[in-house]
Amino acid sequence: MRRRLACAGAAVFLLVMTFYLFLEQTLNAFQLGVMLFLMAAGLTLVFGIMNMINLAHGSFYMIGAYVSAYVGHATGSFFIGFLVALPVAALVGMAVEIIALRKLYNRDHLDQVLATFGLILFFNELTAIIWGPQAIFVPIPELFAGSVEIIPGVPYPVYRLVIILMGLAVALALRSLIVSTRTGMLIRAGASNREMVSALGVDIDRLYTIVFGLGALLAGLAGALAGPILATEIGMGENILILTFVVIIVGGIGSVRGALVGALLVGLVDTYGRAFLPTVLRSLIEEPSVADGLGASISSMSIYILMAVVLIFRPRGLFQAYG
Amino acid sequence: MKKTILGAVATMALITAPALAADPVKIGMITTLSGGGSSLGIDIRDGFQLAVDMRGGMLGDHAVELIISDDARKVGNAKQIADRMLKRDKVDIVTGIVWSNLALAVVPTVTKAGKFYLSPNAGPSKLAGAGCDKNYFNVAWQNDNLHEAAGQYVSDKAHKNVYIMAPNYPAGKDALAGFKRYYKGKIAGEVYTKLGQVDYAAELANLRAASPDAVFFFLPGGMGINFVKQYAQAGLTKTTPLYGPAFSFDEGILKAVGDTAIGVFNTSQWNKDIKNAANVDFVANFHKTYGRFPSLYASQGYDTALLLDSAIRAVGGDMTKQDDFRKALEAAKFQSVRGPFRFGPNHHPVQDIYVREVYKDGDNITNRIVGKVFTDHGDAYAAECKM
Repeated sequence: MRRRLACAGAAVFLLVMTFYLFLEQTLNAFQLGVMLFLMAAGLTLVFGIMNMINLAHGSFYMIGAYVSAYVGHATGSFFIGFLVALPVAALVGMAVEIIALRKLYNRDHLDQVLATFGLILFFNELTAIIWGPQAIFVPIPELFAGSVEIIPGVPYPVYRLVIILMGLAVALALRSLIVSTRTGMLIRAGASNREMVSALGVDIDRLYTIVFGLGALLAGLAGALAGPILATEIGMGENILILTFVVIIVGGIGSVRGALVGALLVGLVDTYGRAFLPTVLRSLIEEPSVADGLGASISSMSIYILMAVVLIFRPRGLFQAYG
Repeated sequence: MKKTILGAVATMALITAPALAADPVKIGMITTLSGGGSSLGIDIRDGFQLAVDMRGGMLGDHAVELIISDDARKVGNAKQIADRMLKRDKVDIVTGIVWSNLALAVVPTVTKAGKFYLSPNAGPSKLAGAGCDKNYFNVAWQNDNLHEAAGQYVSDKAHKNVYIMAPNYPAGKDALAGFKRYYKGKIAGEVYTKLGQVDYAAELANLRAASPDAVFFFLPGGMGINFVKQYAQAGLTKTTPLYGPAFSFDEGILKAVGDTAIGVFNTSQWNKDIKNAANVDFVANFHKTYGRFPSLYASQGYDTALLLDSAIRAVGGDMTKQDDFRKALEAAKFQSVRGPFRFGPNHHPVQDIYVREVYKDGDNITNRIVGKVFTDHGDAYAAECKM
């Protein structure tokens, strides 16, 4: 009897531990999702409104990370670095739009891909010239160092919680910008019918520049946030860019709401896949090294499988842009 | 008229004949210079270039032409560049590749074309065993070597339950196989992550749940930076010691992770505090030229150039003497910056492997050697190699 009780106790304990692990992984998934959202929101607006594929979006992320790290180091304050990085990323974005991309709106997607790929090379090389080829160190700001046990027994880094909160705040701010301001109205109008908006006498060039700057600002924000937890290195934008494209395709091109839902979905699928697939496969397959290899391969495919499934049932993504 | 033309042809022949002997030896370098992982390729290139520059643009007292091209860590690029170098540039020697998956695609192309490949880094097991070739030499290590030393060291430290991690590509598989060859305890978990992965939160949560005594990880370049930072932020540094090969704690990574790596042990065939004339010279010159300290990758690039220096001298720069050139490479008559060095029967190094500790030297976070794990260590695949 006592042994049976002990067994039951152990089973409950294991179940609770697994549940806590599940909660922790869910937090991790949200944090990844939020970072992806910050990237995807800008990319989806540019893609949706200007019909422009911008591969250089990851470069704004890198610029945000580097400027924030550099200014933060020079002034000794992470927050000053952070606040400087945002307008710098936005200004660089607007400059790129005015100088280079404006001429590409009426070209086909292949030309845009080639030109913006060129911009990636340009920005990577420029970063190497200014800051050197090696990754630079960005510490976590004192205020957010350390961890809290929001789940019992699991110390979770405070900084990751801050990222989640920042992301949600930005999502709310974007929502009110798009729903209740005049600029937001024009963005929505631009997303559903560009020709009509310019025919009604709206300065479409200026609108494009503003939207582009906003997208670059959000990417810079993501980069500045990422600095303390990720490597601030050349080419950091390309890694996240691929995931970001998956997000906007899943969410529906041009829709900010879609970007949020898509980002969280991709975050969840990717994190759960990496966290639990190997364990599940280990219980199914005898040979552990086969199970681990298979788990790693399938989990790295998981988000693409998600994308394929979404495209089968909703070829234009989960959410349509306004209209 | 006819005479003049004949004369002209004869004169030209006279001019070109001695010029042929003085033709520079052409060396093609394919390496990663942009995007993720570029710091490794840049170090290899700079180490190699330094050796050439220190000899006034010559190796073995013979002019060399170095053609450098960026593969951006992409297999397709590397193959294309190799084809171009072999067919158009007609290089005699190819070198430079950082990543094993790229090396596996390029090395056979080069050796099949009858040219030499000298690896300054990647040493996949396939090319050390059944896939070895008489024209393929690895100047760095066979992939498993540093991980084998780590396995031995972790066992010596009496850790019984270790969690191990590596990226899902050939060198990652080699790494964990090498570690397990010498580690005697239990494996708490074995995880393969995506190559180029940036966020390790999911893996770290699982790792904590498995509660191992120690963690061994192989994550070179930016991946290592991400992992070490996130490991510390998850509060794991205090409870569970980290071990790795030198790739997880090179100069570039240490500069980017700050104090969090201090006290970590890692294994390497080289360190900048090895006291021999060649190394002292190398470290001082590298620092003077580039304003940073060399990493092990730089030392490997430099050693590759030194080996070439000895072999090109042996044939007087005449690359048609292939057999003599190969014999000179096999003899490895050069002063390696790592100390004693020779080739095993499969053209892979037999060398000492050390354990290093990360420490703070003034403002600089770097490695120092604290012990030797293996003496004259070869690799596990030499027996499978039939040349």
